[in-house]
Amino acid sequence: MSARALPAGQAIRLVAGREISTRVRSKGFLWVTAAFVAVIVLGGLVLKLTSSTSSPSTVGLTGSAAGSGAQVVAAAKAVGVDVTTKDVADEATGREQLEHGDLDALVTSTDPRLTVVVHSKVDDDVSAVFGSLAQQLELSRAITELGGDPSAVAQQVATASPDIVVISPEPKRDGGQIVAGIAVGILLFISLMNAGQLVAQGVVEEKTSRVVELLLATLRPWQLMAGKVLGIGAVGLLQLVVVVGAAAITALSIGVLDTSSLDIGAVAVWALVWFVLGFLTFSLLLAGLASLVSRQEDIGSVTGPVITAMVVPYVVGISIAPYAPDNPVVRVLSIVPFASPFVMPIRQALGAAEPWEVALSLGLAVAVIPLLVWLAGRIYSNAVMRVGGRVKLSDALSRS
Amino acid sequence: MPTLEIDSLDKSYGPTRALRGMSFDVRAGEIFGFVGSNGAGKSTTMRIVLGVLEADGGEVRWDGSPIDADTRRRIGYMPEERGLYPRMKVADQLVYLARLHGLSASDARASMERWTHTLGIAERRGDEVLKLSLGNQQRVQLAAALVHEPDILVLDEPFSGLDPVAVDVMSGVLREAADAGRPVVFSSHQLELVERISDRVGIVKAGSMVAVGGIDLRRTEHRRWSVVGPPDDAWVGAVPGVRVATPVSTATSAPTSTPTSIPTSTASGRPAPVVVDELPGAAPDVDQALLRAALATGPVHEFSLVRPSLAELYRDVVASDDPVQVDDAVQADKEAHA
Repeated sequence: MSARALPAGQAIRLVAGREISTRVRSKGFLWVTAAFVAVIVLGGLVLKLTSSTSSPSTVGLTGSAAGSGAQVVAAAKAVGVDVTTKDVADEATGREQLEHGDLDALVTSTDPRLTVVVHSKVDDDVSAVFGSLAQQLELSRAITELGGDPSAVAQQVATASPDIVVISPEPKRDGGQIVAGIAVGILLFISLMNAGQLVAQGVVEEKTSRVVELLLATLRPWQLMAGKVLGIGAVGLLQLVVVVGAAAITALSIGVLDTSSLDIGAVAVWALVWFVLGFLTFSLLLAGLASLVSRQEDIGSVTGPVITAMVVPYVVGISIAPYAPDNPVVRVLSIVPFASPFVMPIRQALGAAEPWEVALSLGLAVAVIPLLVWLAGRIYSNAVMRVGGRVKLSDALSRS
Repeated sequence: MPTLEIDSLDKSYGPTRALRGMSFDVRAGEIFGFVGSNGAGKSTTMRIVLGVLEADGGEVRWDGSPIDADTRRRIGYMPEERGLYPRMKVADQLVYLARLHGLSASDARASMERWTHTLGIAERRGDEVLKLSLGNQQRVQLAAALVHEPDILVLDEPFSGLDPVAVDVMSGVLREAADAGRPVVFSSHQLELVERISDRVGIVKAGSMVAVGGIDLRRTEHRRWSVVGPPDDAWVGAVPGVRVATPVSTATSAPTSTPTSIPTSTASGRPAPVVVDELPGAAPDVDQALLRAALATGPVHEFSLVRPSLAELYRDVVASDDPVQVDDAVQADKEAHA
């Protein structure tokens, strides 16, 4: 038994394998993943419950109103409200049912005036229905008095509609797309931030514990950095796959997307693509910068600018993009490298990104990665063995 | 026999010159003890051998060719700054390190099991390093240096922080490695220990090797005898080529009792030994003349060659500002190897 030559690919796989096996088994990873999944599933359920409150209102009819069910339903339909009616024996019974919430409103008379009893307040929908109904009843009476046929007039009124010419149609965005945009934005930010911090901490951990000297006696610095970045990236991707998968399954199984034009499969795939690009971009920078310090508490002092470069596009993206995906600032940020991973997936979820914008954005994001590999590799190689105080960035860059 | 050659290494940290032409070599099957004060350049030299640091000049060779990444992977290294993953289990950690040095997964596991057993930490395989006592952490660190069955051992202060039992285990491991034909280089501040287990010793001062050689080689430079029996030292004057030793430079020696400090009497009430130094140019058999002269004064209870300890030599060399004697020593060593 003796040591054999270790090809670079195998060295990187070993380092990455250690990162994956220690991190996947860590409590932190399990808890964060579980929390993500719980939030997504609960969020979906809450969304489902809140959006299903538009169940049809039930209107009771009694006294002179009995038998005017068709009229009520027609009036409700005219204002876009779903209403069912039911006959109630007398007003007292009706009031009782109002108390119990079995009825949303009780019509006690239509002639001479429309009289409606409600429990505590008039629902907006109900008030619109009865406002319209009262006007119709009044109109019918007037038409009858003038010798006309109210039902013929009603027919004509109902079919009258304006011809509307739209010069520049606004793309239709539905609630599902907006929710997906926000969710993707938040998820990517948290995932990238989390994975990036893990890389920074992992680099410093090896310096703090001095194990780096033992490792560098058999590995080249770039192999160690590459293995670490790829290993943690794989863990982050796994986490995101689980969370995004949970989101997609939740959305499909509870049917919140039945009325949405959201393509959840595409959104999920793009989220993963942007995670990979964003992770490579930021984790390389963070690995390089973190190698300048030797203590966990000093990480913030060197990674601050990078963290800011993550937070700013995220805040702009999440607060504007879901509602105005074509805002010029949002458009620019969705294309610029470093910002694009936080903004473009939101625009894509909203179906607002032009194919050329996506292509340009991807191209630029991929193009900066080799540059970052070079930069981070140089800083890391020069700084990682220098344990003690903080290494100056200029020193790390200038030493060959 | 392959040799690890450290040839004229230079290294500066900014304005500080850490190494100036550091040179020595370690043959296969030999334990080389590396001593020197803090900051003399021992760790820097070892780090350069491992490729963890790059030298500004000079070369490290193994078996005649410059050392490369594949050879370095066959070195077992114990860095001065101990380092392991604190939250990783002992077994996982050792297997990982063995695999990084190119062992297959099954070989790595077998080797981990063997070394944890040899070093008495088999019970601790499932514990995180963080939770071990310092002594056990040190044993894990040694296991980390050995677990890939290295062909060369480079250990920076392997004995520091070890209890006496662990020191014995560690010495045994080094001896076994050397007996198996591997070169072993280690540094230590425990000079008695270095003297006991090293085949050769190198003393470093201000970035260069100032004395190197087998312990016996250094001891023949000038002889010194201790004679117990004669009541005084007047008889020494009759022997050509020797003189009574003056109490050794207490300015450079610590006042603790070293073999060269001359007590006025011993606890047993016997006369104090007379210590006699050889003068340059003395005949090789001057010891015989000395003994005869001593016997002429009466009974002689003890007549012995005083071997200066490494500690003494170390103090002389490290305190000395005169590089000449030192170069002689290096020269003598090189001739001895040639």
